[in-house]
Amino acid sequence: MSILCDRNTKLIVQGMGRMGQFHAGLSREYGTQVVGGVAPGKGGTEIDGTPVFDTVAEAVAETGADATVIFVPPPGAADAILEAADAGLRLAVCITEGIPVVDMARAKSALQDSSMRLVGPNCPGVVTPEQCRIGIMPAQITRPGPVGVVSRSGTLTYEAVDQLSRIGIGQSTCVGIGGDPVIGTSFIDALTLFEADPETRAVVMIGEIGGSAEEEAAEFVRSEMSIPVAAFIAGQNAPPGKRMGHAGAIIAGGKGKASDKIAALEANGVAVAASPAAIGETLAQAAPEVAA
Amino acid sequence: MNVHEYQAKELLRSFDVPVPEGKLASTPEEAEKAAKALGTPVVVVKAQVHAGGRGKAGGVKVVRSPAEAQQAASEILGMTLHTPQTPPEGKLVRKVYVEAGSAIADELYLAVLFDRAVEKYAIVASTEGGMEIEEVAAETPEKILTVHVDPNVGLREYQCRELGFGLGLPFDQVKKLVPFVQGLFRLFVEKDCSQVEINPLVVTESGDLFALDGKVNFDDNALYRHPDVAVLRDPDEEDERERAAKEIDLAYVGLDGNIGCMVNGAGLAMATLDMIHYCGGKPANFLDAGGGADKEKVKEAFKLILRDPNVEAILVNIFGGIVRCDLIAEGVVAAAADLGIEVPLVVRLQGTMAEEGRKILADSGLDITPAETLQQAGESAVAAAQGGAA
Repeated sequence: MSILCDRNTKLIVQGMGRMGQFHAGLSREYGTQVVGGVAPGKGGTEIDGTPVFDTVAEAVAETGADATVIFVPPPGAADAILEAADAGLRLAVCITEGIPVVDMARAKSALQDSSMRLVGPNCPGVVTPEQCRIGIMPAQITRPGPVGVVSRSGTLTYEAVDQLSRIGIGQSTCVGIGGDPVIGTSFIDALTLFEADPETRAVVMIGEIGGSAEEEAAEFVRSEMSIPVAAFIAGQNAPPGKRMGHAGAIIAGGKGKASDKIAALEANGVAVAASPAAIGETLAQAAPEVAA
Repeated sequence: MNVHEYQAKELLRSFDVPVPEGKLASTPEEAEKAAKALGTPVVVVKAQVHAGGRGKAGGVKVVRSPAEAQQAASEILGMTLHTPQTPPEGKLVRKVYVEAGSAIADELYLAVLFDRAVEKYAIVASTEGGMEIEEVAAETPEKILTVHVDPNVGLREYQCRELGFGLGLPFDQVKKLVPFVQGLFRLFVEKDCSQVEINPLVVTESGDLFALDGKVNFDDNALYRHPDVAVLRDPDEEDERERAAKEIDLAYVGLDGNIGCMVNGAGLAMATLDMIHYCGGKPANFLDAGGGADKEKVKEAFKLILRDPNVEAILVNIFGGIVRCDLIAEGVVAAAADLGIEVPLVVRLQGTMAEEGRKILADSGLDITPAETLQQAGESAVAAAQGGAA
């Protein structure tokens, strides 16, 4: 089993620029059903054998797609998210980095009336090993297994997945939730899905400085979760007041420090890796039954 | 992005938020002229730097004549201001703002920001104007009022009244506060601010409201649609290396250690700093080369890292997803050849095209320490930096 996507997922790509086309190709090679692309003005054409549509609604009607991956540049990205929601898609994964906070705040508020789940923006996407790849992750480092991975980061997710795979621990689904201040799927949302998935038997959670999502997740793990969770928090040595690459990774007004997040996680029974090289090992110790 | 107080006040004025009259001066003579033109019995001469706490550091002087304004400006201009918010080396004052003095009866606090926890705008007000709001929040949290504004509903008039009555203002001042808060909110949303802070908001003896100090920060991601805001950037106020990094689309933050870092991805870049600390070393910088890292960008990143004289070793840590390790390896080889890198170099390549990349490095004949895991990368870099220091 898995969360969010599997071999039955039918994916369209919004934003068929260089990057959208490239990753659509990689996803298709991985076995994902990429059924169409959306590029206003290019409807009726084909790119690499994939039909292109002018609107998401048309793409959904013609292909039966249930999920979309969004590569639309920042000025149009929030619009693309809302178009996907209006077209009745079940899942939108937004890769775009650099969307203004005001745009995302409005889009997120509008999504309250929608049944669509948004993952991201500013995220690497979702991979269910050997079944479905949505986004830009190097899926070849994943292997199927019982551990769910959820992370605010991109490349640090790859690092964590790689550490797990190297010690023989596979993943149910790997989810990058994104490094922006406003994101569609929170740690708690992803943890809820993993907890409900019968095949996921432990979770690795990768957080970072900024905001309070890790602290909220820590409480949730204690009160709502039966499966073990291991974590790592990046930015333990980040200076306050500096944006560390991600728009959301900033210690502001004394809030969002790694030490506070680690303390909250540990106080709620989450095993926190002291070193970023020990993420796999920490999970193996916290969940010996999946390591066996 | 931050702007100066005088720029913030210009913006506030354009959104109908009342601010005292003032003029910018870059010489004592200009300050004297400005004071004369204002014509008020009291004027205030304020250092214009991107940092709070200027008053306590001697950057703000209250004077009673144009001659005194000239004297105050000559003292402030050219001084290096040290406040809790300035970098260790302080900030050089290049301009002063000369402002009409006000007869202050009371000082309040008012700010608009985005509250990540609830994903709504927050208007924050307090009777404790003139103090650091973090201090008020820690010591007397009951003195902080907050109303949340739904991004798709917008600010309602009753919310402004709630704040006014909550602050204990009489009704005629509440009526003045409503358009004040509305103006701040419009500025925040229309110009894509990340924070608008009025501290203090002054109630004058005649019962008028004024923004005596104003701090406005902007969402960098939205500057593309506000060319009028983008031009307010003051390069003198920015860290020189961070600015150079921004120009080539790299995220760079200078730190005080001796191990230069080049990493792809913000999370892994932060984790690399943590790894170095864990191994007993100190990083010289955070550098996220981003998803578009290629040969040319790697070279530019090396140049940037090597501008820091404290760097005694460099760690390149790449986990290729979008980024191809073979292109990074070519960049490392080209940079080493062109820039004559003299410090030890530790390179870890993983992910997309990693084997090809490692082969390019091995075949180059360069003295590069390869690392397989993050742990090895950290240990090798710390050892190399210690060797360099000995």
